[in-house]
Amino acid sequence: MEIAFEKVNYWYQAGTPFAVQALYDINLNIPAGEFTAVIGQTGSGKSTLIQHLNALLKPTEGQVVIGDRTITSETKNKHLKPLRKKVGLVFQFPENQLFEETVLKDIAFGPQNFGISVEEATRLAHETAKMVGLDDSLLERSPFDLSGGQMRRAAIAGVLALEPDVLVLDEPTAGLDPRGRNEIMGLVRQLQVERHLTIVLITHQMNDVADYADHVIVMAHGHMVKQGTPRDVFSDVDWLTAHQLELPSATAYANKLMQQGFVFDPIPLTADELADQLVPQINKKGVADNG
Amino acid sequence: MDKFMFGRYIPGDSWVHRLDPRAKLILTFIYIGVVFFANSVWTYAVLVVLLLASIFATGISLGVFLRGLRPLLWLLMFTVVIQIFFGAGGHIYWQWGWLSVTHDGLINALLILMRFVLIIMVSTLLTFSTQPLEIADGIESLLSPLRKVHFPVATLALMLSLALRFVPTLMDEAEKIMNAQRARGVDFGTGGLRQQVKTIVPILIPLFVNAFNRAVDISTAMEARGYQDGENRTKYRELKWHRQDTLSLIIYVAFSVVVISLRELHL
Repeated sequence: MEIAFEKVNYWYQAGTPFAVQALYDINLNIPAGEFTAVIGQTGSGKSTLIQHLNALLKPTEGQVVIGDRTITSETKNKHLKPLRKKVGLVFQFPENQLFEETVLKDIAFGPQNFGISVEEATRLAHETAKMVGLDDSLLERSPFDLSGGQMRRAAIAGVLALEPDVLVLDEPTAGLDPRGRNEIMGLVRQLQVERHLTIVLITHQMNDVADYADHVIVMAHGHMVKQGTPRDVFSDVDWLTAHQLELPSATAYANKLMQQGFVFDPIPLTADELADQLVPQINKKGVADNG
Repeated sequence: MDKFMFGRYIPGDSWVHRLDPRAKLILTFIYIGVVFFANSVWTYAVLVVLLLASIFATGISLGVFLRGLRPLLWLLMFTVVIQIFFGAGGHIYWQWGWLSVTHDGLINALLILMRFVLIIMVSTLLTFSTQPLEIADGIESLLSPLRKVHFPVATLALMLSLALRFVPTLMDEAEKIMNAQRARGVDFGTGGLRQQVKTIVPILIPLFVNAFNRAVDISTAMEARGYQDGENRTKYRELKWHRQDTLSLIIYVAFSVVVISLRELHL
């Protein structure tokens, strides 16, 4: 399901003395089936942007086209429910939204809200729990007994159980250890490949962007300042520095090597790409030095 | 929640904003006290003049104050209607069973409406122009004589300032949880009463659990920073009583004297 923003402006508390504009004239496309990363500094409007993806926020001006639905400021809340099933949104620190007596019930809560029978919802809950790597023995426990990482998985499973077409994640790996981070990112990639989900990910981890994303949107001060492939975005080092964004660590390292006379074309984004280009150069250099 | 103005602080640098919070608290109490003495057109006129002058001194437009009244509109109308139909005495204009509209009933309804509006406006004035933490400091300072009777003023002040500090945090959190549950298909504000009460559970439980966790974290962090008990601490924000505080106090007392004498003179 494709999502397009057309001239979207958004004000928080519009019409009060506290009105703050959070999004300015946003035009963008989120292609179906692809992995889109949204990056930008804290307070650049990323979270506001993604809450438009399932109409939790409606544009103050302009429109958001989600599949066959068009959302404007006039759109009524009444018929948005089918949309929310198609676009699953995992908020920052989603473990804060768990509330049921057991993990299983919590995961099954979402599907039941969309009119799916208890048996079917329970089956879905079992299935998604397995998918996110939650052991069956945990499912009858209270969600508040789990560890932080397990709670995070349970919360993500609660959204996946809706079987959405688009999965939107707001910093799903924030506060996790490296292993937990890899597992969650691996899961997201797997969902994209196996279930053909459209993925939208907000992240500060440029390595994740380089490793997984097909498409990058850069936000700054409520404006969309760039959109393109990771290579488009990360090739302009000066521009990134000016916008206080980091490089993926492989790219940063390649940049340092380039100052030492190494040549990279195209600039590597991942450790594998870096190694592929570096090995022949080192071999050649080695031969030259020995000769 | 976005448009809810009542009880909020609007940053500014007006004469009223710079007053000592203790002065503002006392002024508010004086005003509310005097409202109950007012009983005639003239006494109310004096109070309205004082209120409008104070509002003008905050530099915040009257429209914003009126908007603050909006959420309480139904309560106001409800009380007024009750007063009109159930008030007795004086000339009877209209009667149906035990419902009647009488002269005294109408006057009483008008008085109550005026009192409500004035009290709401003056408390809005206090919260618009004073930061919550200043109010907490002011209350602590005003309550400090109670130390003599072993009332735990410092503990109360700490609880008050912690509570005030976390009102916006909890509001944000409640909104975030609401949005998260909405994304999982919860419909807020639709369906019958039973249905609506049921939708509160997925907000309330996470909110409580998070509040418990936060309380544990905060108390740990406070202990780690050497907090022992409320007494014997120095203060970072010291309140200072200026000449303008005394001046505004004199103005309010003068107006109160005028209102009370007008009442005594039956004007």
